[in-house]
Amino acid sequence: MNDQFIQLAYLVAAVLLIRGLSGLGSPKTAPRGNLTAAAGMLIAIVATLLMKGVVSYTVIIAGVVVGSTIGAVLALRIQMTAMPQMVALLNGFGGGASALVASAELLNYMREGSEPTGIVPTAIVLGILIGGVTFTGSLIAFAKLQELLKGAPLVYAGQRFVNALLSVALVGAGVMMVMTPLDLNPFYVVLCLSLLLGVLLVIPIGGADMPVVISLLNSYSGLAACATGFVLGNSSLVISGSLVGASGIILTKIMCKAMNRSLANVLFGAFGAVDQATAAGGGSTDGRTAKAYTPEDAAVIFSNSRSCIVVPGYGMAVAQAQHAVRELADTLEEKGISVKFAIHPVAGRMPGHMNVLLAEADVPYDKLVPMDEINREFPETDVALVIGANDVVNPDARTDKGSPIYGMPILDVDRAQHVFVIKRSMNPGFAGVQNPLFFNDNTMMIFGDAKGTVLALVKSVRDLV
Amino acid sequence: MLDDPVVALTILVLALFVGFEVIAKVPPLLHTPLMSGSNAISGITIVGALLAAGREEQTLSTALGFIAIVFASINVVGGFLVTNRMLGMFKKKKS
Repeated sequence: MNDQFIQLAYLVAAVLLIRGLSGLGSPKTAPRGNLTAAAGMLIAIVATLLMKGVVSYTVIIAGVVVGSTIGAVLALRIQMTAMPQMVALLNGFGGGASALVASAELLNYMREGSEPTGIVPTAIVLGILIGGVTFTGSLIAFAKLQELLKGAPLVYAGQRFVNALLSVALVGAGVMMVMTPLDLNPFYVVLCLSLLLGVLLVIPIGGADMPVVISLLNSYSGLAACATGFVLGNSSLVISGSLVGASGIILTKIMCKAMNRSLANVLFGAFGAVDQATAAGGGSTDGRTAKAYTPEDAAVIFSNSRSCIVVPGYGMAVAQAQHAVRELADTLEEKGISVKFAIHPVAGRMPGHMNVLLAEADVPYDKLVPMDEINREFPETDVALVIGANDVVNPDARTDKGSPIYGMPILDVDRAQHVFVIKRSMNPGFAGVQNPLFFNDNTMMIFGDAKGTVLALVKSVRDLV
Repeated sequence: MLDDPVVALTILVLALFVGFEVIAKVPPLLHTPLMSGSNAISGITIVGALLAAGREEQTLSTALGFIAIVFASINVVGGFLVTNRMLGMFKKKKS
């Protein structure tokens, strides 16, 4: 097939991918945008199959059938609460595929005995490096989110030194690979060290920092595709890879800002690993004790209320309580109480996690209000109902300069008339800091599993209000 | 095709800017579908995998190409399907 025709097809594909992504600007246009992007991808694939170099289709068909089946089963079976794991896994496969393609190209150069020239050797190294780190890093993130590994940061003495040493060795081997592209040894070293580095970089990162890590890995998977594009001299890979790279970088920035931490602090800070933080942040409770109440007590307060803002957190996802929460919202609305949901950018384990869960439970999306908008409304709200969230509602972030989370933007639930907090126990949140919110006079703690407690609340409201 | 690396670099930089402009407009509400959707797009590396696996000679690089095709198709098919499934859940209030 004519090379120019294929390039034109790639151009059409790129336009469709960009149009598809811009469709995600609103929930109304988003489903169509996704289909547009998928059509773009299909065009790129078909155009590639028509290229001169592609002559053997058996392997291709076998690979596509196997991969598509696995992908489809995963996509249709996965529970919405497990979406962070799913995205981590997909990131990993994308990065792994890019590393494999870069390696396959290198092996092909070796077989032909022709030395790659210009930017190609560098691109091969980058493709293997970024792809390899993305692959194992994502698998570790997946294992942590799926709780195959402990979510807590894994730290050991000299960890940063080991990682720094490894990175230096990796750069050294990379340079050697560029100098002598047809030598197998530096290739093996780069490949193994990249895979190892991916593991070591993600193990010290704790569960609540996962939104940042997943966003970053997402960006890497795009950049790896980009590097492979340079290896093959293929414009469709360069364009699509950089779109994904840009998307991941933006999300990473948003997540870091929402935690008021630098990317370096997230990656190397091992946040939540040390419990001295508990002692440091515990001072602001002033010897007050948290008061425990029952769902019936809460229903009494609801009977005199007109408005409620629900603040969901990771605890709601863990307890699969989103449907119960929707039921509660419906019940409150039947009783004439307005209900909105306040969504903190880092609530949950990935960007937008809470929105997807509540959408799954049929909560209309116009009720899901982002942090900056909803914060104005708390002072005029009768009840703020916190379900399985902790650090994102900790007022110390506003006032206590000594707190590890000082400066992090929070949802101002403490400014509501009444605050109900549904929580399993008084254990501090992920950041390991005590939350003075729980000790405020207008706060009622309702201890228990999120799902059971919310259902009990539904019943009490029905009986009483 | 893209024999001149400067041309490729030009495309890269321009595409990054387009990416920043387009993605910055995606509301936080849709950040999860954005991730899974862009994930699917990073599966574009399947194009490279097809080239590696489709060569005339069947060698070790064909085998790597095969695994790359499997990985990338999981990425593409899984990514677009799960995004589609998620986006179907976002509904406005029924009135």
